[in-house]
Amino acid sequence: MIDREEPAPVLPPESLPADNTQDRDTHGRIGSPVAKARRPRRGASLFDPTIMRRAIGDSFKKLDPRVQMKNPVMFVVEIGSVITTIEFVRALLDPGLAGDRLFIFGVAVWLWFTVLFANFAEAMAEGRGKAQADTLRRARTETLARRFVVKGAEVVIHTSPTESVAAPELRKGDLVLVEAGDLIPGDGEVIEGVASVDESAITGESAPVIRESGGDRSAVTGGTRVLSDWVIVRISSNPGETFLDRMIALVEGANRQKTPNEIALNILLASLTIIFLLAVVTLEPFAIYSGAPVSVTALIALLVCLIPTTIGGLLSAIGIAGMDRLVQRNVLAMSGRAVEAAGDVDVLLLDKTGTITLGNRMASEFIPVSGVGEQELAEAALLSSLPDETPEGRSIVVLARERYHLGEPHQENGQDGHPANQQNMNFIPFSATTRMSGVDISAGGSNGTGGARRLRKGAGDAIIAWVSEGVGAIPSDLRPTVERISRAGGTPLVVAEQAGANPPRILGVIYLKDIVKSGMRERFDELRRMGIRTVMITGDNPLTAAAIAQEAGVDDFLAQATPETKMKLIREQQSGGKLVAMTGDGTNDAPALAQADVGVAMNTGTQAAKEAGNMVDLDSNPTKLIEIVEVGKQLLITRGALTTFSIANDVAKYFAIIPAVFVITYPQLQALNVMRLATPHSAVLSAVIFNALIIVALIPLALRGVKFRPIGAGPLLRRNLLIYGIGGIILPFIGIKLIDLILVALNLTH
Amino acid sequence: MSFTFNGVAQILVFFVILVLITKPVGLYLIAVFEKRKTWLDPVLRPVERLFYKVAGVDEQREHDWKMYAVAMLIFSVISTVPLYIFERIQNHLPLNPAGQGPVDPTLAWNTAVSFLTNTNWQNYSGETTMSYFTQMAGLAFHNFTSAAVGIIIAVAVIRGFTRRSASNLGNFWVDLVRCCLYILLPIAFVYALVLVWQGVPQNFNAYTHIAGIQGFAQTIAQGPVASQEAIKMMGTNGGGFFNANSAHPFENPTPFSNLLEMLSIFAFGAGLIYMFGKLSGNTRNGWALFGAVSLIFLLGAFICLGAEQAGNPQLAKLGVNQTANEWSLAQPGGNMEGKEMRFGIGSSTLFATVTTDASCGAINSWHDSYTPIGGMVPLVNIQLGEIIFGGVGSGLYGLLVFAILSVFIAGLMVGRTPEYLGKKIEQFEMKMAALAILILPLSILGFTALAIVLKPGYSAIANAGPHGLTEVLYAFSSMTGNNGSAFAGLGTTTVGTPSFAFYNWTGSFAMIIGRFAFLIPVMALAGSLAKKKIVPAGPGTFPTTTPLFTGLVIGVILIVGALTFFPALALGPIVEHLLMLAGKTF
Repeated sequence: MIDREEPAPVLPPESLPADNTQDRDTHGRIGSPVAKARRPRRGASLFDPTIMRRAIGDSFKKLDPRVQMKNPVMFVVEIGSVITTIEFVRALLDPGLAGDRLFIFGVAVWLWFTVLFANFAEAMAEGRGKAQADTLRRARTETLARRFVVKGAEVVIHTSPTESVAAPELRKGDLVLVEAGDLIPGDGEVIEGVASVDESAITGESAPVIRESGGDRSAVTGGTRVLSDWVIVRISSNPGETFLDRMIALVEGANRQKTPNEIALNILLASLTIIFLLAVVTLEPFAIYSGAPVSVTALIALLVCLIPTTIGGLLSAIGIAGMDRLVQRNVLAMSGRAVEAAGDVDVLLLDKTGTITLGNRMASEFIPVSGVGEQELAEAALLSSLPDETPEGRSIVVLARERYHLGEPHQENGQDGHPANQQNMNFIPFSATTRMSGVDISAGGSNGTGGARRLRKGAGDAIIAWVSEGVGAIPSDLRPTVERISRAGGTPLVVAEQAGANPPRILGVIYLKDIVKSGMRERFDELRRMGIRTVMITGDNPLTAAAIAQEAGVDDFLAQATPETKMKLIREQQSGGKLVAMTGDGTNDAPALAQADVGVAMNTGTQAAKEAGNMVDLDSNPTKLIEIVEVGKQLLITRGALTTFSIANDVAKYFAIIPAVFVITYPQLQALNVMRLATPHSAVLSAVIFNALIIVALIPLALRGVKFRPIGAGPLLRRNLLIYGIGGIILPFIGIKLIDLILVALNLTH
Repeated sequence: MSFTFNGVAQILVFFVILVLITKPVGLYLIAVFEKRKTWLDPVLRPVERLFYKVAGVDEQREHDWKMYAVAMLIFSVISTVPLYIFERIQNHLPLNPAGQGPVDPTLAWNTAVSFLTNTNWQNYSGETTMSYFTQMAGLAFHNFTSAAVGIIIAVAVIRGFTRRSASNLGNFWVDLVRCCLYILLPIAFVYALVLVWQGVPQNFNAYTHIAGIQGFAQTIAQGPVASQEAIKMMGTNGGGFFNANSAHPFENPTPFSNLLEMLSIFAFGAGLIYMFGKLSGNTRNGWALFGAVSLIFLLGAFICLGAEQAGNPQLAKLGVNQTANEWSLAQPGGNMEGKEMRFGIGSSTLFATVTTDASCGAINSWHDSYTPIGGMVPLVNIQLGEIIFGGVGSGLYGLLVFAILSVFIAGLMVGRTPEYLGKKIEQFEMKMAALAILILPLSILGFTALAIVLKPGYSAIANAGPHGLTEVLYAFSSMTGNNGSAFAGLGTTTVGTPSFAFYNWTGSFAMIIGRFAFLIPVMALAGSLAKKKIVPAGPGTFPTTTPLFTGLVIGVILIVGALTFFPALALGPIVEHLLMLAGKTF
């Protein structure tokens, strides 16, 4: 990682290697993403006191009928609360109802609590988002931008005139200059220059990233800070439409739309409410016929207990919390619809490089040609790679030291292997024309070339050409070895040596392997158990791709992928009814990202990619898709579990309330009072109290979500049905009985 | 609860035969509606073509759900008119040897609606109200067409569930013609002959007047009974030729005819479930649904049998021996009130369960006379929506609505948006399923509540207390559910009384709501599903072929049904049962 205070040594653009993918991972981040420790997740703990305080206040504000109306179930409860309150007032005025006052008061209070608890759940879920939005707003501080006066035309740094304007005055198309230490004033695209940028305000990630003109790393985000060098940015969004603005709106849930499944579930809940309304409303005529009219309070209590208040009260909290869980994982979903779709994903398209493999090839084996010892080859490979700072070069050094126990080089100078100390070694870096690298070692530290040793490693044909040029022999077993490695998906690096005036000779081959990230196979197995097929996308030839696919354990692969073949693959899968998820960062990924049902754009990617996808991963971690799928599934499972629980609860409530309200006319109905509740009043009140308290008790579950277990749909269903279905039938019998016992103990049973 | 070997054996034998005929019936249905070759083609194909030619129907053209539903409604409305006219002017029409006068207008309306909707609620006695002509050309005609409409709607719904990215559900007219021509008419023809063999009359004779054994004058009603009996049972219509329905020896003369009648009630319902499984390419899902309804059927049959065989404890206190002697015809034990001596408790309770599981409504015993729990079984069966094998067609599509509800509630718990047979269940489907589920309690509870507080409603009640409530509740459940069986005890048939008009009108609305307000959302649901792609099943897909699914569907059916009707049932049969145990009967 790079120290924020001292970015300069690594970052001047001219110091970047010609092949700049070597020093950075595929997403422009400096340093290995794998090695980097995970930073703590954003967001407060589940019951942060400040959030709780704010939520309690909001619970009362949400009593506004205009708010409640959006939730048919809780709206019915609120109307019930109002009516029972009026009933209580009536009871106060009517001496004939004196005996019922306490009961009606109890029911009224607990009905209000039911509404408040549901409001509290929603407010808690929102509160976490609001707290995050506040943090983000701080990043949106007013900043001054240096805008080029001339628009559109060629601008030249330090010569074209600039003016200072406030960031909110910038408009789409404006060109601004941002130098080290400046905040980038708005979203845009780098059109000139390279700079390291601290994007921690958005991503929470302290390691700086490289932003440069052209290519896939040209997008910059307003509110982030340039640490070194300078860039000229073309502003791409008007104020109020920036990424930061959208992000704030998203986490705050400002204009949260109900998602399709949430709407469908709401329809079910509303129709259940109507059914129970019917059952309760028609109960009164039946009761009148039976000579046992039921009080309005008892009827409302029955109604509220029956309608699915548990899920009705927690439904929106579940949705908000689901989005929030994504934000905690540093993923911004542009719509809740996408989160739901993530739960349904059937096919996952993953880029090979950087996702499935480490992105850098690593040396895994030294294969000498006949007549050369393995140790000799290893030593030569080590020497030739000592000064080589590329990941491949470093991996050769590591392999030689670890597997062949080549300790500190025992060569002439006796110094340690750092190139700075190898004054008699002359490193020849890799170049695209020679396609090899190597080292020239002068004999005994003298400048004479007689005893000099030249080591070269590189692509097979390049080395063969080098050896042939020096009239060296090409061993017959070289070509088979090179081919075998290629077929297995690896990259062969041939090593050759020229000692003194002897003709050069080939020593052997270094097997560079595309290393599959550890744990990938397990993750893919997990995905398979979740019912998701993984398809690896790679530009490699089919042979190589097949070998890596086999090793990584993906279900399928697309070799020699182009944007067109990617699109075709997605369309094929979709026409078969499958939902496809993919990640991407480049502009050429944009069409595929837009076509996929769940398109996750890397935050390091281009503006086009970010706009095409329906999610942005701020960590730019392609394996994040797996977590996104889990969050989507969790969201749906939580809804299903609480719906099942809510409906299952009703059985016990019937057994509590029906005998209670009719027991005076039909004492025989006492047989249905299986819980042996003390009095009719305590029975009704216990059911109402249980119904209210269960909402509070389930808030943590609603916010955290029911855990998803990749054990296959059948076992998962059985498990959840057992817990939330059977459990939902049994638990209220126990709960209501306990509350009744407490009411008896408190002498509140009249 | 008390069981006899005889009673248990009857249930099991009946069930085994049902399982055996399910697949052949299903395969034949598939052949007819998928327009495959049947062995009747050489004879019937030319006739079929002639129909299309005369009516100008293009056999190849298919309709979307809206057109299909509109065609069904047009056909329903138009075909009702002749029935109403026949009833009103039957005294001027031929085949009226008994000299029946014109039917009262409200009764004629109620009866027309009743037969149109496959309910066959009969607010009259057949032998004293309807002429042979009205019975044959009016009522029997609707017995055929209402059954055919039910079956073909189910077929259209099956197509909706199983087609992929399609907008059409078939051609209503072609389906209607093929259903009548290839299925109902040939089977009814053979079936009627078998019934004649068993002793059911088929004639146009005038009623025979004789002096009975005890010397009293007696009128023996008769007529073209067999032809009507066959379609009455297999079309789950249930409207008897005589007032006594299948308890009448001319409608149901022998134990064999009794078994045949019960089997024919379930035959198409069971066959359609098989057809659904087969055409959806998921036969095991079909059997899973079959398993769910089988278990509910068996549960009801055993409870009903057990309750009736146990009899009334009050009688036991009086020293009446209610224990059955298996090997003596003289000692059936249990509660024999309202049951035919020829059938006994086993055949009666099984018939009562079967006729209400499906929307048949034929009866061979008086449900009113059952013990409270025994009588609650038929009532609950109807209130569950008659989806237990169910009426011709309506049983299947009702069951599918519950299947959708099940996958929606529990399907979320596997972490995917709910899907059934690879089709996503979304807002529109949920709206339509919810609407369909809502219709039944709305009509049943709404009309019962109305009747129980209005004088013309409650004044018809013959028995006081909870039993009276059960009578009204049963009546509106039966009419809304298009069952047509009566609990009896409700005095609604006396022409000219306020109750007569009240029940004729409210009943007709209940029947229309129960049929069409249920059917149209289901068609819309099917139409919407047809348009969807089919997501191939994978390890993450909700499993719909396992015992778990069977259990889930049973759970949802019972819980939704129980939650909806528990309060009403608690004040009706449940409290009546508890009162009976406490020594009070009604």
